[in-house]
Amino acid sequence: MSTRTALVLLEPTGGALSEVSAESLTFARHAAAEVHALVVGADASTLAEEAGRLGATVVHGAAATSGDAFSAYAPAAWAAAVVAAVEASGATLVLAAGTPRGNEVLAHVACRLGVAMAANVVQVDGDDGGSMVVSRQVLGGTALEEMRLTDRVALLTVAGHACEIEPAAAPAAAEVRPLDVALDPRDLVVRVVETVAGEPDASGALKSAKVVVGAGRGVGSADGFKEITDLADLLGGAVGVSRVVTSLGWRPHHEQVGQTGSRISPDVYIPCGISGAIQHWAGCSSAKTILAINTDAEAPMVTKAHYAVIGDLHEVVPAINEELRRRRG
Amino acid sequence: MDVLVCIKRVPDTGGAITLTDDGMGVDSRLLGHTVSPHEEAAVELAVQTAKATGGSATVLTVGTDDSIEQLRNAVALGCTSPVLVEVEPDRLGPADVAGMIADVVRRHEERGTSYGLVLLGNDAADTGDFQVGVRLAYELGRPVVTGVSRFEVDGEEVTARVESTDGTDVYRLPAPAVLTVMEGGVEPRYPSVPGRMKAKKAVVETVEPTHEPVGNGRVRLKLPPAPPTRVEILGEGASAAPAVVDLLEKLGVAR
Ligand SMILES: Cc1cc2nc3c(=O)[nH]c(=O)nc-3n(C[C@H](O)[C@H](O)[C@H](O)COP(=O)(O)OP(=O)(O)OC[C@H]3O[C@@H](n4cnc5c(N)ncnc54)[C@H](O)[C@@H]3O)c2cc1C
Ligand SMILES: Nc1ncnc2c1ncn2[C@@H]1O[C@H](COP(=O)(O)O)[C@@H](O)[C@H]1O
Repeated sequence: MSTRTALVLLEPTGGALSEVSAESLTFARHAAAEVHALVVGADASTLAEEAGRLGATVVHGAAATSGDAFSAYAPAAWAAAVVAAVEASGATLVLAAGTPRGNEVLAHVACRLGVAMAANVVQVDGDDGGSMVVSRQVLGGTALEEMRLTDRVALLTVAGHACEIEPAAAPAAAEVRPLDVALDPRDLVVRVVETVAGEPDASGALKSAKVVVGAGRGVGSADGFKEITDLADLLGGAVGVSRVVTSLGWRPHHEQVGQTGSRISPDVYIPCGISGAIQHWAGCSSAKTILAINTDAEAPMVTKAHYAVIGDLHEVVPAINEELRRRRG
Repeated sequence: MDVLVCIKRVPDTGGAITLTDDGMGVDSRLLGHTVSPHEEAAVELAVQTAKATGGSATVLTVGTDDSIEQLRNAVALGCTSPVLVEVEPDRLGPADVAGMIADVVRRHEERGTSYGLVLLGNDAADTGDFQVGVRLAYELGRPVVTGVSRFEVDGEEVTARVESTDGTDVYRLPAPAVLTVMEGGVEPRYPSVPGRMKAKKAVVETVEPTHEPVGNGRVRLKLPPAPPTRVEILGEGASAAPAVVDLLEKLGVAR
């Protein structure tokens, strides 16, 4: 059993604990004897109960000693808060979710503490208190690297779905402790000055969809998507595409699934005319059921799928749409 | 504005991956090589920025002389004066790479070229450390934004845009700065014929690494077991539609 104290940087959304932060807390509990959490730019007291339920004993609420510096996201300032919380808690393990902000802030922390950082960790393989070996996703999640962390503070970000969210055995509300953070003006040079609301249907809808209809090079052209979008609409789902489709400009990038696009985990994924390259697979492999439609019975997407239809998507997809409409009457 | 863009040669693993016998790397003997789509976007942004501001786009990599292939590809797209920090990259960690890039930036500055922007990918396609850009910024004492999909330069001010789930986060920061780029904001161009000719002739500046690497802590790589083929073929062509809809109904997604 580890004797470490872990510090988890929370990324709350709309005043509540986000799923990724809940995963990070659960992960931290498995890796450490005691877990503290850190909240920056939000009210720590509203999160104390939920964080406590997931095993945190203390929630540090960061406040800048001057002004409202944490009202807008500033990666270096957030990192300064993490460093202050490490000192206050005596943590020798710091975790954040493997999100853009989690990775960004911990990279800053790594520089400030002069230590290594492991991104997208899925498990702790061993820990003797001084040296810790972790497994982390590399090559877009298709391989794992065992990495040894030997610095006085081990830094890691937790890959999405690395563990199931699990409440602590004896949950209790965490103690809230204010944390004063002295910032250098340089910590605020890079700061969000404005957030422009996105298109209502950007990648958020794709990531949360229960059904995703995928489309790849096999669609043939930007004009070939009518039947694909119809199928997605009939199933109340979203469209996800391969990189070939976005790089040819047939569909916007926020629809891309894969290593450099979105990671999706729908109940059903229906990839049409997608070969199933590992970089695409990295984004869709957590779909519960995969139904591939492809002319090539040997395509990796077909051999990795649960179900497949072999044939031209321009014939198969309209036939499915018609059958769906017919049964609905 | 003069821009430096950093790219990394990686194996182009479309299909299955095989590891080397010692488990320390990917067996890439039979594979082609490429760079990450994020870095392709960074190269495109570097070339566009150089053109719009009357500056240059220098391309750099840290790796073996095989990486000259990727440097030449970037020259074909409009970069100039390719730089190779020649070193076996397998044992390097992100702090080592950042230190080596910083040394080149400082050396070029002594020679009279100051980079207003250094662009990198958000994460490398193979090691995915998500940190070389930030480490470089700390080495150079410059501001950094990660995950930028688009940016504009107005004199010495950079406006960078990062796509997030809430929309687009806008940052305004002074140059010189470091930006790490996320694919999706620009469409990389294809090389032109004159570009390819230029790339063939380009002289690569080769630099010796300056410090002893601290390393990357790698113990070994491992592959998850390949899932067994479990596919059930529902049919061929349009005649499979009823079976498909039966399945969708069974899964509860066809209302
Ligand atoms: C570092 C890196 C990151 C990457 N990131 C991503 C990523 O995030 N997402 C991603 O998708 N890719 C990514 N890629 C690209 C990836 O390697 C593949 O090139 C890409 O996924 C292939 O797209 P595709 O399946 O649409 O095209 P292809 O590989 O060309 O496959 C087309 C498929 O369509 C089938 N087909 C053709 N015509 C028809 C028809 N009429 N009806 C039915 N089937 C048909 C063919 O049999 C074939 O299987 C990345 C690559 C690299 C190197
Ligand atoms: N060996 C290298 N040579 C040049 N640039 C690199 C190298 N390794 C990483 N980079 C740059 O740093 C970015 C982030 O890499 P990483 O932090 O390793 O995920 C990459 O997208 C590249 O732009």
